[in-house]
Amino acid sequence: MVKIQIIAITISLLFLLYIVRLIIKGKLREEYSIVWIVCTLVLIVFSFWRDGLEIIAQLVGVYEAPNLVFTGAIFATFVYLLHLSIVVSKLHSQNKQLAQEMAIFKEEMLKWKNEQKNN
Amino acid sequence: MTKRIAAIVPAFNEEEAIASVVNDINAMGKAEGLAIDVVVVNDCSKDNTSKVIAGLQCIALNLPINLGIGGAVQTGFKYALKNGYDYAIQVDGDGQHPASEIPKIVNAAFNGGYDVVIGSRFISNEGFQSSTIRRVGINYFKWLNRLLLGIVVHDSTSGFRLVNKDVLKVVSDYYPDEYPEPEAIVVYSLKKFKVGEVAVSMKERQGGVSSIGRFASVYYMFKVTLAIVFTFTRMKFRK
Repeated sequence: MVKIQIIAITISLLFLLYIVRLIIKGKLREEYSIVWIVCTLVLIVFSFWRDGLEIIAQLVGVYEAPNLVFTGAIFATFVYLLHLSIVVSKLHSQNKQLAQEMAIFKEEMLKWKNEQKNN
Repeated sequence: MTKRIAAIVPAFNEEEAIASVVNDINAMGKAEGLAIDVVVVNDCSKDNTSKVIAGLQCIALNLPINLGIGGAVQTGFKYALKNGYDYAIQVDGDGQHPASEIPKIVNAAFNGGYDVVIGSRFISNEGFQSSTIRRVGINYFKWLNRLLLGIVVHDSTSGFRLVNKDVLKVVSDYYPDEYPEPEAIVVYSLKKFKVGEVAVSMKERQGGVSSIGRFASVYYMFKVTLAIVFTFTRMKFRK
């Protein structure tokens, strides 16, 4: 095993551990953790299987293996960012609904309180 | 039976103008014999708007966070629907929309059989006419509406508009957040509501700042065009 392999494997495992810790502590929801776990596992696989990258690159017809890594990583990042934008849009509309209901309820409560006081 | 009208007044940092807007509407309602209640939606103002409206004869809805004009007006729509109002009329909190013009809009709805009535500056071209650049934008929306919907709305950015109960149900579910006025017309038209326009005159704002800054106008045009096209596509092809 080469030095860089050991470094890569150690970092990936630490990252995986950190993700698991976040989930256990309730700071990261499971549905958002899947993508991170999968990415880390992919990193670990390729850390052990050094020739794997070359083999796959040749299979899909990429001449330089690192290019495949960059392409794949950038694409995955974009997809995940889009996913996050969708999540934010959903949160935005839920947030709006909550605020609106709250304003209406606050007014109703105030009216009700005043009626109680007058009776 | 008298028709109950909710006058929805969205207000964001309008401590200077809001009192006279509310008082004018109340006085007008009394004079004209209209059953009109003022619903002020305070869009989380940073000034004393909430204190000012608490002392006025109106229903005060205070939003806990700033939602922007569309979200604020929709809060009023939801309130009006929940409390069984027959009509809701939007009147801006900055004094641009004179209470004395409200009867024209209301009568058009009562007698003209319209579901939506828009108070327009550009039919008789009276009163405050807005800046040249703003009018270019308004003409562009007029063109876009005619192209997509085949209807002519002279003043599609006017927020001075009245909707009836059926429309309230629709806009309580969906109303655009930012710069809602032109996009809302697309929604009304595709839902087959009858949209009418009456000539009104408007004043220059009495206080506060426009929801559209100078530098934001390019963004405004772009965003509203996108919103109109997407709303049109969504509603046209998802039936």
